[in-house]
Amino acid sequence: MNWSAMGDAFPSVIAAFFKVTLVSTVVGTAVAAALGLVWAILGRSRTRWVTVPVKVVVEFIRSTPLMIQLFALWVLLGSLPTEVIGIAMLGIHFSTYMSEVYRAGIDAVPRGQWEAATALSLPRSHTWRAVILPQAVRNVLPGLGNYAIAMFKYTPFLSVIGVGEMVRTAQDYGSNHFEYPPVFTLCGLIFLAASYPTSLAMRKLEKRLGH
Amino acid sequence: MDTFFHQLDLVLPRFWSGVWLTVEATLLGGALAFVLSFVLGLMLRSETLVLRGLARFVVEFFRGTSIFVQLFFLFYALPGLGFQLAPLFCGVLAFGLNYGAYGAEIVRGSINSIPAPQWEAGVALNMTAGQRMRRVILPQAWARMIPQFTNLLIQLLKDTPLLSLILMADVTYVMQQVRQASGNSIAAYGLVLLVYLVLAYLLTLIMNLLEMQAKAKLGEGRGVRGLFTARTAPGGAGSPGGEGVVGP
Repeated sequence: MNWSAMGDAFPSVIAAFFKVTLVSTVVGTAVAAALGLVWAILGRSRTRWVTVPVKVVVEFIRSTPLMIQLFALWVLLGSLPTEVIGIAMLGIHFSTYMSEVYRAGIDAVPRGQWEAATALSLPRSHTWRAVILPQAVRNVLPGLGNYAIAMFKYTPFLSVIGVGEMVRTAQDYGSNHFEYPPVFTLCGLIFLAASYPTSLAMRKLEKRLGH
Repeated sequence: MDTFFHQLDLVLPRFWSGVWLTVEATLLGGALAFVLSFVLGLMLRSETLVLRGLARFVVEFFRGTSIFVQLFFLFYALPGLGFQLAPLFCGVLAFGLNYGAYGAEIVRGSINSIPAPQWEAGVALNMTAGQRMRRVILPQAWARMIPQFTNLLIQLLKDTPLLSLILMADVTYVMQQVRQASGNSIAAYGLVLLVYLVLAYLLTLIMNLLEMQAKAKLGEGRGVRGLFTARTAPGGAGSPGGEGVVGP
């Protein structure tokens, strides 16, 4: 076994990490955070015609595998670049988890806040923007952060539709040089180096926000 | 659509064996994860620094590296180091280790969440440490663990399509073949999504039954109503979704 392959593979693997894996995580998180909020707000709508379909869609997406969803979206939107499809599906999939974080965070805003907004006869959109959401944000930040880290570790799934992310790049190097152990070890170490400090930071944030 | 059902009909026995493989991998991986959760979870609470440190290292290692990398390492890299494992064994091992690490935090967190007076009452009744754990703490902690274990189990089920990447004929793999043979991708992926949805629902139902039984033992039964509750927040404390010890 030639462990120096780890060093030889490093430049291309780390380049794929920054260019694809990290970008997918950041953009995917932004999509998931935005869409998750949409699900959560629609889920609190007053009409069942909105809440029931939203619930069904969210439940369906979070109960089925990301990998199959990636394949399905790829088939539906085949003309788009695979990176775009991958990031979109990653964002949609994790938005269903994040909507639950938002729901809990919004529920934790005291009822009196809603009542006060009603007493001041604030319009509903204004109540959301100026009263509820600013208070809910501190409740949801640690949860969203944790899902961002989880999403990071699910980016290798994008390789199934041909996105050249970090693990795919490492695998290609490994199969070209018959050196699988060093390159997969390298991937594991990069994941660990990136996700462990971040999850420690999240835990600290959780404590500071008083959870 | 006709060609799709024709092709599906041709591989129907393999379709069912694919579904079974998915279920088998989920249950075996889940069983290994369950055992590891308790071993590592109790080690995390140990007063011996070495045990605690070892468990902490294992938990952080398997939570910090992706399941994808772990499975590929076991399947592609281990043979290069002189160990060749059967594909199903690779899958079960990767799922067990990864989810066992997440489960350990659930076990630790649930036991820690039992109020101190419960421990003190055990001491007051002159119970041994083992009796206290088995008869007072664990039955209560167990009821709190189940909903979180349910989330982990569903998450594990949703990771089993990875098996198709190491060339195992699970339901995803079989449906990929039906898709290629029939040319009807939408129907193929639609059906396979449905299969996972049904499996996820069945597993949730079974876990809800377990939870009902655990709560009934504590005198907190909610009757059959509890059976049909949906899962709560996916990935609360310690699950792949929520990294932190405390859930959102």
